[in-house]
Amino acid sequence: MAEVTVKPNAAAPVMEEVSGPWRDAWRAFRKNKIAMIGLMIIIFFVVIALIAPLIAPFNYKDQQLMDRLKAPSSAHWFGTDDLGRDLFSRVLYGAGISLWVGFFSVIGSIVAGTALGIIAGYFGKWADMVISRLFDILLAFPSILLAIAIVAILGPSLQNALYAIAIVNIPTYGRLVRAKVLSLKNEEYITSAKAIGMKNMRILLSHILPNSLTPIIVQGTLGIATAIIEAAALGFLGLGAQPPEPEWGKMLSDSRQFIQKAPWTVVFPGVSIMLTVLGFNLLGDGLRDVLDPRMKN
Amino acid sequence: MSSYVLKRLLILIPVLIGMTIIVFSIIHAIPGDPAETILGQKATEQSKEALRQQLGLNKPWLQQYFTYLGDLAKGDLGKSVRTKEPIAKEIMPYLAATLELTFTSMLFATFVGMNAGIISAWRQNSWFDYIIMVIALIGVSMPIFWLGLMEQWIFSIKLHWLPSIGRMDQRDPVESVTNLYIIDSIIAGRWDQLWTVMKHLVLPSIALGTIPMAIIARMTRSSMLEVMKSDYVRTAKAKGLSQFFVVYKHALKNASIPVLTVIGLQTGSLLGGAVLTETIFAWPGVGRYIFEAISSRDYPVIQSGILIIAFIFIVINLIVDLLYALIDPRIQYK
Repeated sequence: MAEVTVKPNAAAPVMEEVSGPWRDAWRAFRKNKIAMIGLMIIIFFVVIALIAPLIAPFNYKDQQLMDRLKAPSSAHWFGTDDLGRDLFSRVLYGAGISLWVGFFSVIGSIVAGTALGIIAGYFGKWADMVISRLFDILLAFPSILLAIAIVAILGPSLQNALYAIAIVNIPTYGRLVRAKVLSLKNEEYITSAKAIGMKNMRILLSHILPNSLTPIIVQGTLGIATAIIEAAALGFLGLGAQPPEPEWGKMLSDSRQFIQKAPWTVVFPGVSIMLTVLGFNLLGDGLRDVLDPRMKN
Repeated sequence: MSSYVLKRLLILIPVLIGMTIIVFSIIHAIPGDPAETILGQKATEQSKEALRQQLGLNKPWLQQYFTYLGDLAKGDLGKSVRTKEPIAKEIMPYLAATLELTFTSMLFATFVGMNAGIISAWRQNSWFDYIIMVIALIGVSMPIFWLGLMEQWIFSIKLHWLPSIGRMDQRDPVESVTNLYIIDSIIAGRWDQLWTVMKHLVLPSIALGTIPMAIIARMTRSSMLEVMKSDYVRTAKAKGLSQFFVVYKHALKNASIPVLTVIGLQTGSLLGGAVLTETIFAWPGVGRYIFEAISSRDYPVIQSGILIIAFIFIVINLIVDLLYALIDPRIQYK
């Protein structure tokens, strides 16, 4: 007897098999377990950041001086700090701050770095000379130190910490884009675009920029991890977020003197920083494997 | 090679000039009156004027910059507003403390990182490999200031194994000659203090060395994996050489080139991390010197501290580049 295999709904797979660079990447990405874990962690913290005001049992500013430095309990899941503020609520609110600084500082670095990198790479000569030296100079400082210098000028605040972090990371993206532009510039399709009389601006925007996107996405994801740590470090040094903002790094420095009496005040904000950063590192590594295998060491 | 060295040195000139401009600008870019920012709003006009005189703030910008460069060339870093001491003299013991900490951190990072990476590659996909890679992943995601706090909590406060702050037992100090306390203790023949100095170094070195350790481990692993696949390693194995010999002698030699670059780059970045580590462990290094200067708005100290660290950073990167060219004959510089 001939075996008959019934293919239910033969038309459906066609829909799924639509391929394109992004779909292929997503398919490969889904198989990468580590990257998926990273994505889950990030989604978790993004959701927390968005719904913090709804689920936090207390306001992050609420002080209950009777309940100072209370250990974790059913009323205060993560315990309370030295001013009797609910640590769980503060950690929840803190997620938004760290993600906000991480994301927007990286966007700032990418926009400035890409613009400079494209100008340097595409126009070459003097522009390249000046911009490349500028990158060299910025990279001549350990990044956290340069950020400290910038905040020392602008004055300590979360906003200024964000600017500082954005500025110090510009060369990372600038060099990346410059190198990419240099390698694309001599491709045949760019030459032919020039030959048919396309304007420089249009070539840059419609050919070169889209092709530089993958390394930027990968580096940007890893960059958010670095930016979050840098923001927390500035907060820790008193140069970033100011009280009563529930920034994780600032929470650590405020509580470190109570570490013996109330270790939970130091444990929870630190674990939160580490997990968020880990999430972006995992996702970045995964994206690199999927989008740009050549970048892998 | 010599033309490469020359070229590499020439590139440094604009970088050094740019560096001095940035550092010089720190005090001038402060919005408003720098003298008032430094001394506070309650300062008298007289004292503000005196400070402006001292810092040369009332001269034209360009003249100030050239005076600054001239002073730098003479090794004059200006005076601290807070202590009134010349910074060039004051910073030396701090610098020694930072160098000692950076050196031991890098020693820890290199030794642990390379060995972990080698064994991971050797036993690829084993439990050891997985555990090391997970530790390495967590290591690069770890905020070092938090790691430092956790170390203090566990190893000092809970277990009482190691001291949590400082560089040595201050009740019975060793006479400072080099300000590198390990060397000072040896010179003085104080073995008891040598032991306490080393114990003081453990926690801050691990805190500062963890990120480089993780990065070195990952780099060593991937570099070793690549080399282990090569023909000459297969030949060595086929000759019947012991596994250990093949891994540590034949493979490691070629795998170590990219690892060396990473080690060099990480040594530079440790200098930035030192600001945080030194703050936590009350380690009297340049990082802490800068941090205290920020708290007291001592801008000349902030400027000089940042300049010195950036300068050491550049020198280290230069050495790494040159070593790289020296070690790997395949690299040809145009």
